[in-house]
Amino acid sequence: MSDHAASAPTRDFSSIRSILATDCGSTTTKAILIEKNDAGEFRLVTRGEAPTTVEAPFEDVTRGVLNAIAEVEELRGRKFLSGEKMITPQIGEVGADIYISTSSAGGGLQMVVTGVVKSMSAESAARASLSAGAIVMDTLASNDERLAHEKIERIRQLRPDMILLSGGVDGGTVSHVVALAELLSAANPKPRLGIGFNLPVIYAGNKEAAGEVQKILADKVSLQTVPNLRPVLEQENLGPARDAIHDLFLEHVMQQAPGYKKLISWTDAPIMPTPGAVGLIIQSIAKRQNISVVGVDIGGATTDVFSVFGARKSFNRTVSANLGMSYSVSNVLAEAGLDNILRWVPFDIDQAELRNRIGNKMIRPTTIPQGFRELQIEQAISREALRLAFVQHKAFAVSLKGVQKERTISDAFAQSASDTLVNMMELSMIVGSGGVLSHAPRRSQSMMMLIDAFAPEGVTELVVDSIFMMPHLGVLSTVHEAAATEVFDKDCLIRLGTCLAPVLAKGKEKVGEEILRASLTLPDGTRKDVALKVGEVLLVEVPYVEGKKTRAILTPSKRYDVGNGAGVPVETEMNGGVTGIVFDGRGRPLVMPSEAGERVRRLTAWNAALNVYGEAR
Amino acid sequence: MANVYTPGLKVTARTVVKKTRRLPIFGQVLVKVGQRVGATDIVARTDLPGKVYPANIANALGVMPDEVPTAMMKKPSDAITKGEVIAETKGMFGFFKGQYQAPIDGTVDNISHITGQVMLRENPIPVTVQAYVDGTVAEILEREGVVVQTVATFVQGIFGLSGEAHGPLRRIAERPDAIVAESAIDESCRGKVLIAGSFAPLSLLKKAIAVGARGLVVGGFDYNDIKELLGKDLGVAITGGEKLGTTLVVTEGFGRIAMAQRTFDLLAQNEGRIASINGATQIRAGVIRPEIIVPLEGVSAEGHHEAPLVGLEVGAPVRCIRFPYFGKLGRVTALPSELAKMESETMVRVMEVTFDEGGKAIVPRANVEAIEG
Repeated sequence: MSDHAASAPTRDFSSIRSILATDCGSTTTKAILIEKNDAGEFRLVTRGEAPTTVEAPFEDVTRGVLNAIAEVEELRGRKFLSGEKMITPQIGEVGADIYISTSSAGGGLQMVVTGVVKSMSAESAARASLSAGAIVMDTLASNDERLAHEKIERIRQLRPDMILLSGGVDGGTVSHVVALAELLSAANPKPRLGIGFNLPVIYAGNKEAAGEVQKILADKVSLQTVPNLRPVLEQENLGPARDAIHDLFLEHVMQQAPGYKKLISWTDAPIMPTPGAVGLIIQSIAKRQNISVVGVDIGGATTDVFSVFGARKSFNRTVSANLGMSYSVSNVLAEAGLDNILRWVPFDIDQAELRNRIGNKMIRPTTIPQGFRELQIEQAISREALRLAFVQHKAFAVSLKGVQKERTISDAFAQSASDTLVNMMELSMIVGSGGVLSHAPRRSQSMMMLIDAFAPEGVTELVVDSIFMMPHLGVLSTVHEAAATEVFDKDCLIRLGTCLAPVLAKGKEKVGEEILRASLTLPDGTRKDVALKVGEVLLVEVPYVEGKKTRAILTPSKRYDVGNGAGVPVETEMNGGVTGIVFDGRGRPLVMPSEAGERVRRLTAWNAALNVYGEAR
Repeated sequence: MANVYTPGLKVTARTVVKKTRRLPIFGQVLVKVGQRVGATDIVARTDLPGKVYPANIANALGVMPDEVPTAMMKKPSDAITKGEVIAETKGMFGFFKGQYQAPIDGTVDNISHITGQVMLRENPIPVTVQAYVDGTVAEILEREGVVVQTVATFVQGIFGLSGEAHGPLRRIAERPDAIVAESAIDESCRGKVLIAGSFAPLSLLKKAIAVGARGLVVGGFDYNDIKELLGKDLGVAITGGEKLGTTLVVTEGFGRIAMAQRTFDLLAQNEGRIASINGATQIRAGVIRPEIIVPLEGVSAEGHHEAPLVGLEVGAPVRCIRFPYFGKLGRVTALPSELAKMESETMVRVMEVTFDEGGKAIVPRANVEAIEG
């Protein structure tokens, strides 16, 4: 499944019975226990959580890990700890066979990347860092229009965990790459953690400049040279740089973080950055089902978007570092604007009052909505956070993609945001994760948030991570893919249902016009016919039945496309779910009425169609 | 999770405060363990490397990059003076020499024969760290800084702007729920840390800045006013670097909300005493809250025992921190262990709170904070 497996230890895991996994997040450490049941299936048994303890007064991440596992012990009724040590492997009813972990505590892995040309080697360097699970604090390039001294000042200010220096194809420019190394040397960058310790720098540029780069930087930083991530213009080779990032994350960055030395000694596989592990799972879904997938993980501070598109299953990940539901909630307001948030709020509210409520959520990030209107405001904000993160992702997921990819030189020069790989009509599944999606009181709320934010086209299945265990399963997949897959299918995914959204291919929308007729044969054999008009949202309640899909003949009107072109019918199969099959006739892009009364009336009608907030709301 | 609640902001009449005073890079510590220090005393110093000026000498002199080392009249580490010729071409027969004059005072950092670029560095920038509070040096962090300890009245706010400041406390509100008129601030407030009541309109803060007040402590502030004040939206709560002239400490939150009576009383009781305040806020991993520290003169930390943190238990004083009970104070009267369904249909762990002003409510545990102190 991944090249991380190669670096995993060689212990034989074929006969394991139990797996303990933790994710050390910025706020909470989450532990899950997976066990093999009598039927021979790996299933989630229980979970526990505790506050993360990277900060003072504890300053030892293992304290939070032990607390979270102690909760698992209590709930499962058997021992996993001996004093302050993990018991592995399992002996009798004591301990677990494998212990693994991911981490994003202390702000995750923060990197600066450099390259010669902003849209080429620098972009490839950013892609390598993002796919390894890092946050890219800045991308510096020879042609990024900043003056040399401005770049030096920027590097000095940032204090990243690591720098990836790239640039030049093999045999190409040496002087530009050396100039970048000189800038780094002049800035003499210091790492975020560990005063007096040398910053890890990975060189993955023109191999002919490697010697000079070594001479310039060797005394000032901890330099590691790996093969060029862009050896020729038409090809990326991100694997070696990404593996080096993972290794240095463990060997240097994690060693400086409080308690991680001990945690590393406990784990049976290398600790992975949390988003790196989620990315593995998203890629795994796309590969197994041979489909295009978009995944999103919306947290308190950041939102990660993952996508796998095209015949080559090209993988991209972006992190919107300041779009989130608590720490960054005010930034969502700043970036989206109040009007864009208000368009999803199904009642009137004073604007100053709304701003203050959002500000108060930012400064008291752990609070939760008690009343309905508070919930509706949070879910309105989440739509905008998700939408903006997806806009950023579409702009990044262009041309060069994934692990290794070839393209022609003419493609390389024509690169632009409009070349996005994200094709909404091709997209088969959206996977949602993060508190606001996983813990929404009603699953129909999660479904509506995902549809409104991502605006899927044609036929798209929607699922959410039930209790945020994709990171655990991502790292598990590097040592025991079968167990990870089994738990993912049976316990992790909550299948919400499928969205059917015809898209206007030509002409203009006409209010009241019928745009789609659907003939459905449900898993229990029942037949159902649906006619969808412009502006409507309809729900057919169909549960998910393993191995049995709903068969559908979808006939769009002649100006509408549902996957095969304008007016061309589509015969397909789709999954139901806890919400069901949603017919979305609101058009793409989703345009909301500007008049407040009409906006509230329509939102109320759409919410009622899916019973999003109950009948009285 | 067994203890889902927000640890409260500390509001305490007497506690041992330890402040770590750290240099940005290694340097020299100037004090000893046990030494008495004043808030403005310098406890550590270092020299930050000066600003770097990349000079493309190859381009400037019209020579090849590999000819630059020969053209240079200075070596790495040599001192240079602004206007001094530091590189020169041979010219023809001793004539038509190209010259490059140093644009700064400083040193030569590096000469590259590959790029023809020369890095010049300005003289080092001295950086000092002050003690920030009146107290005693409790610990030396070798080459990095010190820990200063003091016994003080200590109040944490929820949000602030601008960094460290010092000055005597001055009360300008009669009551914690009062909205102070601009006229309450005059020239006599210069250099003072002002204690206002429930809400500071932007005009009040601007008046405080205009008269040169060192700080303004208030219950509530309007979120929208931050944009007007800073000229940009505050997307994430990471502050302290603003240069307002007056440090703002908000004790309760955004909107019109009375300062907690206990906070107001404590600050009012200390009127006239010197306070060290800091608006720096970081609501992320490594949380930093704004603070007001009023060192108590002649009180030793020896023999002082901190009251143990009790967490949330029946009888504990709490403050509600989210709508619809935002800002209300009360006491925990029940802690049911089972999850309860809220109006939003969220299933959460809850508590029953009896409000000081009368009445009871069931509130999510995550939506209250313990009043500590």
